[in-house]
Amino acid sequence: MSRPARQALLAVTVALLATWVLLPLVLIALASFTPRSQLYAWPRPLLPQPWSAETMRFFFQAQGVLPSTLNSLLVAALTIGLSVAIGAPAGYALSRFRFPGREAFRLGILATKMFPATILAVPLAVAFIRWGLYDTLWGVAFVHTALALPFTIIITMSVFLGVPLELEEAAMTLGCSRLQAFRRVALPIALPGLAAAAIFTFVLSWNEVFAATILTLRNRTLPALVMNAVGAAGAPLDYRFAAGFFMIVPALIIILLIRRYLLTLWGVTVR
Amino acid sequence: MTVAERRLERPGLPLVRLRIDWLPYLLLLPTLIFLSAFFVYPMLQALALSVRGPDGALTWRYFQAMVGDTYFSGAIRNSLLLTAIVIPLQVAIALTIALLVNSRFRGHTTFLYVAAIPLGISDLAAGLVWLSIFTERGYLNMLLQGLHLVPRPLTFLTFERPLLLYGAIVATEVWRATAIVMLILVAGLQLIPRDFFETAEVFGATGWRKLRYVTLPLLRPVLQTALIIRTILAFQLFATVITLAGRIVPVLAGEAYFQYTIYRNPHVASAYAVLIMGTSMAVTVLYLRLLRTREEEVARA
Repeated sequence: MSRPARQALLAVTVALLATWVLLPLVLIALASFTPRSQLYAWPRPLLPQPWSAETMRFFFQAQGVLPSTLNSLLVAALTIGLSVAIGAPAGYALSRFRFPGREAFRLGILATKMFPATILAVPLAVAFIRWGLYDTLWGVAFVHTALALPFTIIITMSVFLGVPLELEEAAMTLGCSRLQAFRRVALPIALPGLAAAAIFTFVLSWNEVFAATILTLRNRTLPALVMNAVGAAGAPLDYRFAAGFFMIVPALIIILLIRRYLLTLWGVTVR
Repeated sequence: MTVAERRLERPGLPLVRLRIDWLPYLLLLPTLIFLSAFFVYPMLQALALSVRGPDGALTWRYFQAMVGDTYFSGAIRNSLLLTAIVIPLQVAIALTIALLVNSRFRGHTTFLYVAAIPLGISDLAAGLVWLSIFTERGYLNMLLQGLHLVPRPLTFLTFERPLLLYGAIVATEVWRATAIVMLILVAGLQLIPRDFFETAEVFGATGWRKLRYVTLPLLRPVLQTALIIRTILAFQLFATVITLAGRIVPVLAGEAYFQYTIYRNPHVASAYAVLIMGTSMAVTVLYLRLLRTREEEVARA
């Protein structure tokens, strides 16, 4: 194939794939700003006429949407706190020490990445009723932390691998204790990477549907509320579209924020 | 061992041997305690719930109830069929994107981010996005009507048109979950030293031959990982299907959900969870076996 032809083929393929990803996002945005009467009308114009916040307003005023949005944010905050507090030390240990059992631990962590919420949720619901955690935000946050930990550990490990140990050692020869050397030297350098881990955890928690649906009844998170409205309560189309759009927006911003770390998160092979 | 395999082995981590002490274990302890309580325990509990009756004795009745359920055979069939249709499509698209990104054309980083966007979108939200396209008065019908292909809106999402219903689910899943495969493959491609490709070019390999004899064999371990993770995730498929098809297309994870939320039966729901767990493990072993033999064949060839 000649060079211009190859260039053209490349451009067309890239444009097609980008459109494939982006077009549905544009369409759900359009739908979310189309008034309800037009959503059910036929023939329907592509662009909302006029643009209207009615559909979004209807969603926000629906029963439980604002409280469950708040719940989602709280659960995500708890999950971030827990998974960084629990996972970051482990990631640091994996990056800095060579010790018996290190490989076994690393493989165990990779294995946990593969057994998600579907398997954990039902038995935990039964246990949570006994432990008084059922239908609480803490309960959901615990499950989300279990799901997020492998990612937190892997990303913190790779972040600390990027911080030269020599810097910490230099600080220690200059009179810092191990903890001080970590706090004053390694931690500041690692902070952006840790922030990326926290942000990824937010996405995971914000998006998690299955466990949140099973483990809550009145204290719904947003996905649990919407899942119930769609799966059991037969919510109207405008509610569904606005809900879909609203749940996607944070994800879009966040993928942009952590784009540098995307490859680290998933680019670790199971070997 | 082929040259390729030797080159792919990661060099040892740049660790300085500190005194082996209690510190690393202390740092791992919180993770171990937490995962025991919220990961290992529920897995064992799922097993226990599915095989132990109210008196604590072993019983098969919950598995029998699961197998005897109206939706069971459909759920098995749909879960397997959807996995078998979706994953090859995802691997093909992901590989295309990964190869494009790896060719480092101008703007390839932006393209990578765009392709990664669905990673941040939940199965539920993705289902709702595509509902706006496939619903009777949705964007697909608007397009078909605009092109004068249909006289009036078609109903895609109905049990009367199982093929279209399947198509809608497949499109949504391919849209949503190709990004994970793509990222794993891009990261894997970056591990392959660029001089491999250059050498191949020096020896006259181009296009397909380079892909077939250099890139794909070197990518095999990473492809294996991507397949394992993606297949296991495919058995979790649930919210996408419910938003688009309700219970017309039952799937395994969806049945676990319905058993728990509608019938309030944690035992049968756990039986489904155990079935999903078992299938995931079986698939992992299968991939490890299949891809290993093929690797040996390539080494011989």
